[in-house]
Amino acid sequence: MTEPALASAPALAVEGLRKAFGGLTATDDVSLDLRAGEIHALIGPNGAGKSTLIGQIAGWIAPDTGRVRLGGRDVTALGVAERARLGLGRSFQVSSLAAPLSARRNVMLAAQARAGSSFRFWGQVRRDRDLVAAADAALARVGLAGREGLPTAELSHGERRLVEVACALALGPKALLLDEPMAGLGAEGSAALADLLETLKTEAPILLVEHDMDAVFRLADRVTVLVAGRVIASGPVAEIRADAEVRRAYLGED
Amino acid sequence: MAERRELLASLLLLVALAGVALWADAAGEPYYVNLASRVAILGLAGVGLNLALGFGGMVSFGHAAFFGLGGYACGIIAWHAGNYEPVLTWPFEVEGTDRMPPIWGVAALVCGAAAAAIGALSLRTSGVYFIMITLAFAQMIYWFAISWPAYGGEDGLSIYVRNGFPGLDSYDPLSFFAIAFGALLVALAVSGRLLGARFGAALTMARLNPVRLATAGIDPFPVRLTGFVISAVITGWAGAIYADLNGFVSPSMLSWHQSGELIVFVILGGVGRLAGPVAGAAAYVALETFVGGATERWPLILGLALLGVVLFARGGIMGALAGKARHD
Repeated sequence: MTEPALASAPALAVEGLRKAFGGLTATDDVSLDLRAGEIHALIGPNGAGKSTLIGQIAGWIAPDTGRVRLGGRDVTALGVAERARLGLGRSFQVSSLAAPLSARRNVMLAAQARAGSSFRFWGQVRRDRDLVAAADAALARVGLAGREGLPTAELSHGERRLVEVACALALGPKALLLDEPMAGLGAEGSAALADLLETLKTEAPILLVEHDMDAVFRLADRVTVLVAGRVIASGPVAEIRADAEVRRAYLGED
Repeated sequence: MAERRELLASLLLLVALAGVALWADAAGEPYYVNLASRVAILGLAGVGLNLALGFGGMVSFGHAAFFGLGGYACGIIAWHAGNYEPVLTWPFEVEGTDRMPPIWGVAALVCGAAAAAIGALSLRTSGVYFIMITLAFAQMIYWFAISWPAYGGEDGLSIYVRNGFPGLDSYDPLSFFAIAFGALLVALAVSGRLLGARFGAALTMARLNPVRLATAGIDPFPVRLTGFVISAVITGWAGAIYADLNGFVSPSMLSWHQSGELIVFVILGGVGRLAGPVAGAAAYVALETFVGGATERWPLILGLALLGVVLFARGGIMGALAGKARHD
């Protein structure tokens, strides 16, 4: 099957995704898409099924039904690593890095995957200028210039999240999946990251899971609200802000 | 800095091992030359295991399978050469040989194929299940060797004429040490090189954080499987040389005691330290020889030493010599 309309296809699309664990339907017919140049926020109370949805998009969890498309290509049957190589960059809610390795080494691994096969047994990565430069450039973009050589264990909580964003950038992403990147950053760090996301979204649109409502309403172009596994509202920020059901279900007003 | 110190400690260790062999040879003590050969070969086997266990995080309790398969590859091929019977008659005839290099090649192929099969199944599990499944595979091969009468079964197989190496008299203890020591140096150099390469970066991340590895776009399974196969090939190579040192191969080389012994070399010497298993094997052989000469209860001392390392000095002997490992 050829898909000629790749250029106009959304960077990421989720179609009719459904996932049940026993009697609990964690994802209930969820559809959403991520278009070029936008930040699409995914919000919802705890237990709304955001993590399960993210897991299915990234490839950790197989959906019962439905599809995930990346740039128009059906990736539902592909694994995590293959999706990453196709350009799905991701950061975790609880940062997941190799603590004893330096920030640079963590990011270099993503650059390595982008630069081709990992089954090379002779050339030494520490002397691979391209990999080092790619990693340092990605770290500089997230504001970690000068911290490249530190073991990630010695970085602050917020800095580790930024290293994860740098890892995602080093992949050369076509879509970014950022799971609460602001958490633990502090006001100043949050503002800096918000500025970064504003510029990043033109390169790769961002699906942003975020609890900080101020950040969501400031940054997002569109918002999807998930409650009990279902999409109860989806649309431009102003619309969501005004939506009575969202207010009731999520923003805690009645 | 720490890396420099580790390199220095490793070099000192290797020079000391070669020094012992040279000194013993000059002093007319072939027993001690052979002891040094034993350390080199067991160290080589440990270097193989360490690649899987220490660097790849795959705690294999079945590496004796590869050590023994390497040993049997050597024994069986030499037996055929000695009896002028072809190893294979179908689909084509293959003669036996009494030369080490082709024997090593066969041992590597056999161990690589076995590790690919065992790894492909075992690596679908992790943690204690991986330990148990590798043990189970090794036990299967162990019982197979015991119950197969063609090559000695339980009694093992003698190698009446030590296999030769081009340009060296393999019966001369020092020359044999040079062969074993050379193999160890090659394995150390190759391991060090591939660990610093892209493959090593991926293998290290497969141990530290497989989720991050997959998220970076690299599937952990083929990386681990490749590491497991390379590890098995090195341990199998050691097995083939060990069979020649002893002139004998028996199912005990395949036993779970042997697997445990290999793990002891790695832990005693320093998990994830390149030359750690050499230090571990040296300590083990020294304990066995000198304390074992004084008392049968030398394993008690070994047990205490192991306990001490696990509780107080995780880096093992190399860790004590070279300080904490640090990555740049």
